[in-house]
Order: sequence, then C-alpha cells, then structure tokens
Amino acid sequence: MSMKATLRQVDSITVIDMSGRITLGEGCTQMRELVREELGKGRKQLLLNLADITYIDSSGIGELVSAFTRVSNEGGQLKLLNLTKKVHDLLQITKLYTVFDVHDDEAKAIGSFEKAAGA
Amino acid sequence: MTVEASVVEVVLESDLKNVEVAEEITRRISDTAGFDEEDQHKIDMAVHESVINAIWHGNKNDPSKHVWLRFEMYSDRLEIRVRDQGNGYDPSRLLDPLAEENLLNVSGRGIFLIRTFMDEYRVEKIAGEGTEVILVKRLNSNNPAQSRRNGP
Repeated sequence: MSMKATLRQVDSITVIDMSGRITLGEGCTQMRELVREELGKGRKQLLLNLADITYIDSSGIGELVSAFTRVSNEGGQLKLLNLTKKVHDLLQITKLYTVFDVHDDEAKAIGSFEKAAGA
Repeated sequence: MTVEASVVEVVLESDLKNVEVAEEITRRISDTAGFDEEDQHKIDMAVHESVINAIWHGNKNDPSKHVWLRFEMYSDRLEIRVRDQGNGYDPSRLLDPLAEENLLNVSGRGIFLIRTFMDEYRVEKIAGEGTEVILVKRLNSNNPAQSRRNGP
C-alpha cells in the first residue's frame, strides 16, 4: 500500500490529507512530487494532515524534512497536523518535533498561518 | 545444557516490494514470541530499515542478489539476522543524526532508529559472502502481557 493524498484549499493554505505509507520508494516519491507541484503553482503554505499515515520510516522522515526545507527556502511555511502516536514518537526520538510546527486542531493550525502571513 | 531456539529463515529477492513481506513475517514472529504491540512495531521498524539497507546499500538494488532473514526465538529474546551480498559499512563512521548541524539532513536516521528500537545491534562481515546485521530484542519480564504469554 502506497501513500494517498487529497488536497483542499482553505484560503491561501493547501491542506493535504495524507494516508498510507511514507516509505522509501513510491510513498516518498509521491510526496516529493506533491510538494514540488504545489510550490510550482505558487502555493507556499502547506498543512500536512498525517492522521491516516499508517507507517513512516527513516526515508519518510527525511522526506518531511526535505519538504520543510524546500518550502521554507521559498519563503513559505509547512506545518504538520494530527500526528499519530507512532509518527509523534519518531519525531521526538529524532529531535525533529521542535523543528516542525505541529498541531492537533485544524482550525488553530489554519489560524497560525493567517497570523504568520499577516504579521 | 543447550538452549533450543525456534528458527525461521526466509530468502528475499532484492526488490523494495519485498520490504513489506519482511515486515509481515516480522510482525507474525514477534507476536508469536510474545512481544507487546509497541515492541512489535519497534522490531518491525528495525527489520524494515535493515532490509532496506540490505537491498538499497548492500545489494545496490540488484534484483539478481538476495537478502537472507533469520529469526531465532529464544525464551528470553528474539534474534534477527539480515544478510546481504554487499561490502558492508562501519556504523561508527555514520554521522550523529541528533547533532544540531545534522538535524535537517534528509538521510542518515535508519541505523539510529534500529539502535534506538533494539537492545543489540551488530554488523558482521562474512568473508566472500556479504554483510550480516544482527538485531536482538529481549522480552521484558516486567511487562504483564509478555509474562502472561510466556507463562511462569
């Protein structure tokens, strides 16, 4: 089972509801393409909803870091929403939890973009 | 006295599609061995990362090469051997993924996760054959679920 993603637009923010596996191979490639396409369209505020991600490995974590760096370098913001316990624990173990802006409430996550964009 | 182990051996072709096969086998074996769900996931991830390293780095994604998996179930631990046909690596030369300057590196977390999730991790070079990674996870006798499964 690979990764699936559904995109929603909430104001200027692209919410990406992701499910399945972000692992070396198909899952990572799909995610990389997705972020590349959004940046290509000028959409630089991305909220990744990871609620239905069932598995993420070291390559998947690397892909999240890569996406974060690419979006930041383009002057945008990439935030994470609804981490499962497994993903939460992996980000804690790898000390990346503090690198990402992590939310468990979509409305608040969206609000945090608006505040940042309007500041 | 000889300590008997239950042994399961599997040979996989070097194809990333087989990583999920290795995971499924690992989950069944770690469940049978009596590990709780959290430890099963840790063992699963350690095998996942090891098999990917074997296919990707060891066998260079060459489908004509193989990965050998050997599970040895003892009363107090599970030992897993993952062997590839590559030249191996020196784990001590890997960058620390938790160092400030490496935090945003895209790669370099696989071995770290294996070490974090397992009780023992060793790499052995097998002359003329390849490299074997040995993973050990001990059953925690303080865990009531595991104690029940293994009896008094």
